[in-house]
Amino acid sequence: MKQLLLMAMMLVSTFNYASNINGITGYEPGDVATDFSLKNIDGKMVSLADFKDAKGYIVIFTCNHCPYAVMYEDRIVALSKKYSTMGYQVVAINPNDPAAAPDDSFEGMKVRAKEKGFNFPYLFDDGQKIYPQYGATKTPHVFLLDSKRVVQYIGAIDDNVQDADAVKVKYLENAIIALDKGQSIEPKVTKAVGCTIKVKK
Amino acid sequence: MKNLILVCVFFISSNLSAQIIEYETFEAFEQNVLNKTHDDQSYIINFWATWCKPCVKELPLFEKLNNSDLDGIKVILVSLDFKKQIESKLYPFLDKNKLKTEVLVLTDGDYNSWIDRIDPSWSGAIPATLFIKGDKRFFVEKEYHTVEEIYKDLNSIN
Repeated sequence: MKQLLLMAMMLVSTFNYASNINGITGYEPGDVATDFSLKNIDGKMVSLADFKDAKGYIVIFTCNHCPYAVMYEDRIVALSKKYSTMGYQVVAINPNDPAAAPDDSFEGMKVRAKEKGFNFPYLFDDGQKIYPQYGATKTPHVFLLDSKRVVQYIGAIDDNVQDADAVKVKYLENAIIALDKGQSIEPKVTKAVGCTIKVKK
Repeated sequence: MKNLILVCVFFISSNLSAQIIEYETFEAFEQNVLNKTHDDQSYIINFWATWCKPCVKELPLFEKLNNSDLDGIKVILVSLDFKKQIESKLYPFLDKNKLKTEVLVLTDGDYNSWIDRIDPSWSGAIPATLFIKGDKRFFVEKEYHTVEEIYKDLNSIN
């Protein structure tokens, strides 16, 4: 009986945790991430499987309107430039519903990508089916996957959104380097403040 | 002595805004705010920023709660605005909205080092709210739509 009670309590606490993050549980390191087929800003559908020789995928949920996401745009472009030649493909996904965040419309994505010279696909999570599976809760939110789509790292790009020159730890870059060398990634999960993903009420 | 060094609180005065305390390190914020709570009072600590639309939308609810006649409730609005936008964004916002609720700024940008210390369930998205009463804490990462919702969460630890 005591055990039953304990189990019930554990269940309740699990539920509380899940409800705290809006019912989204999402991936943890070691999980196999889903592939997808989402529309790129050039109108073509893009899947991870399209990049046949990729050694890994840098999936970044990001958007146009969020100041945190905006402050990382140049850094993401630089990352893509540096690591695409090594076989690590950046794929950016806008998870927001434009009905709730007008700046994040498909047209708006095209404009922003051109302005900033995005050198990677910028996909629209039309219908918001993909971000909940990944467990993205905010923008920007990074998921580093290996070639088999096994999640290797989740979280922030680095430890200083406000000032790229004052960054002490490049979490994502360190994770890519470790993955490439076959070393263990540490930390596997980091957190950062970000904008909630916008869902139409 | 070490503690003294950690507390690098300083005051910024603005002609229009009331004085707002900026905490440059989470340790300073923890020591001077989170660890300074009184047992007979309930605390509602809301994390927001001027650039966060849902946060700004729910601010009037916290303001209403703060200005209500309910005894023993203290609301603190913790702005996570960027350091370089305190004067250009935060002050004008506060001047315009004339909030009576206490506002402070936390500019420690090493988020990964402190988010879990607020609550391990926090993903980092805002708005987010922490309730404290004595040694009891309750944390939610969500947007409120009514004062009653906030009051209900507050009562869950009362």
